[in-house]
Amino acid sequence: MSLSGVFDIAGMGMSAQSIRLNSTASNLANAQAAGSSEEETYRARHPVFSSVAQDLLSPSAIPSMGDQASVGLQVVDIVESTEPLEQRYEPDHPNANDEGYVFYPNVNVVEEMADMISASRSFQVNVEVMNSAKTMMQRLLTLGQ
Amino acid sequence: MAINFNNALGIHEQALQLKVKRSEVLANNLVNADTPNFKARDIDFQAVLKGQQGATSTRLQATHSRHIAPSSLAFEPQLQYRNPLQPSLDGNTVDEQVEMTRFAKNTMDFQASFQFLNGRFKGLKSAIRGD
Repeated sequence: MSLSGVFDIAGMGMSAQSIRLNSTASNLANAQAAGSSEEETYRARHPVFSSVAQDLLSPSAIPSMGDQASVGLQVVDIVESTEPLEQRYEPDHPNANDEGYVFYPNVNVVEEMADMISASRSFQVNVEVMNSAKTMMQRLLTLGQ
Repeated sequence: MAINFNNALGIHEQALQLKVKRSEVLANNLVNADTPNFKARDIDFQAVLKGQQGATSTRLQATHSRHIAPSSLAFEPQLQYRNPLQPSLDGNTVDEQVEMTRFAKNTMDFQASFQFLNGRFKGLKSAIRGD
């Protein structure tokens, strides 16, 4: 029985969504961390999702479904946003540079909040899937009783 | 008269296996709901069932000792791509709500098949006990 494959898939999904939630938390926490130059200012970071090729995970999981069948999800990279930083004139700020400017991170708080909700919903879906698979497996164990 | 498990269990054993496979495919769709360029897939249960019924009615005859007998799962469940109702900008064709309902229905179908299979086993048991 390949029901354990469902557990693997849902588990990978939950781990990927929690990485996404982690990056959102990091972005929101650093949204107001002003820096004195473009280099040292925090930039919004986002995970890149990609489905895992089936043959990498377990070649015998779905033997008859062709080589392009993919199972699971992984985070292949975390990229920093290339949006321009926000420059504000705040000469009294301790991090202000010689011209009196500070750089604020390019974190879009509204987008991050929407992303957070999407991540937690996807996490819930994976929990549901895992619960269903668990119920199916428990039923199977009672076969013939 | 010997008890033949293949005849006693009927199609329900294969149906149960197929539903487990389908649950894996649907779980894969759901987990990749946020993956760019991922295309949702599914197994056509009707086609597989038809293939299975055709296979049982017109079974290949082994006329030579070196003929290979077809496996119990004579059909190969083919993965097909789903037609998206609403195209998405990132090339993803997973509709989370639709997939979720199909997954729930597949779980119910699984329980139905299980119920049938369990009934067969119970029947066999009472036949063996003779009470």
